[in-house]
Amino acid sequence: MVRFAVVVFPGTNCDFETERAIRKAGAEAERVWYKTSLKDFDGVVLPGGFSYADYLRAGAIAARQEIMEEVKEFAEEGRPVLGICNGFQILTEAGLLPGALRPNRVPRFLCRWVHLRVNDAETPFTSLYEPGEVIRMPIAHAEGNYYTDDPSKVRIVFQYSDEKGNVSEEANPNGSVLNIAAIANERGNVLGTMPHPERASDRFLGSEDGLRLFRSMVEWARR
Amino acid sequence: MKWKVTVTVRLKEGLNDPEGRVIGKALRNLGYAVEGLRVPKCFEFELESEKPEEEVEEMCRKLLANPLIHSWEYRIEPVS
Repeated sequence: MVRFAVVVFPGTNCDFETERAIRKAGAEAERVWYKTSLKDFDGVVLPGGFSYADYLRAGAIAARQEIMEEVKEFAEEGRPVLGICNGFQILTEAGLLPGALRPNRVPRFLCRWVHLRVNDAETPFTSLYEPGEVIRMPIAHAEGNYYTDDPSKVRIVFQYSDEKGNVSEEANPNGSVLNIAAIANERGNVLGTMPHPERASDRFLGSEDGLRLFRSMVEWARR
Repeated sequence: MKWKVTVTVRLKEGLNDPEGRVIGKALRNLGYAVEGLRVPKCFEFELESEKPEEEVEEMCRKLLANPLIHSWEYRIEPVS
């Protein structure tokens, strides 16, 4: 069975939910303290939270910890690397994904459900979605305003939209360039998402749309 | 040799500074004709180094700033 590491930094707080969602998707998952090695794992997930209390910039300090060297190796070897919310911020700060996540356009913490348009259903994390499909997941962040100086070079995976899939200014919760909610690296094996798929992985949570992201990832890692 | 270092990191020109906008608005509400308020971040520390400029520049690039969205400047003075 494939095994995923869910990395826990001081201040990480979405690790249990993420571990549970991966298990539900059919793989083994283990929460690992950031000072542990990642060998013996097939993929790595950086879950949400407030690593190092978001001091300096969200994700900045976690991105400079030794374990990130191993995460970089995972990425280079083409193994799956998923960053959710704070994990996405860590991946951009570590240079594993392009761009930066700035404070929200209106500078406050946003916690609510959003609609997302699936822009790229060909990554290992989105193969079980239909291209153009509209899904629902919650966001919970203060620094999710994605910025890049060259959007044409970014592999956009999810965009904030309305329930019909229109990618409009009104549907943009945080000021993100091109309503970007999730991106992948060129090769597709590194994904960063501000919306929380683990919080949309059970019907009693209000949506199961996020579970397919984990299922896609697990299915791909099995190959 | 020991140095006293002051680093200022600010969002690049043209990038929206939401915190600055809110503080600027609050000052305007208090009756001050404030415009274009930005909130840079300031770091102060002492540094033992033979090549302080080189090291401080490196610190900015590696951690204190995100070169994609920030510019920075610093002052390096000998500790008396």
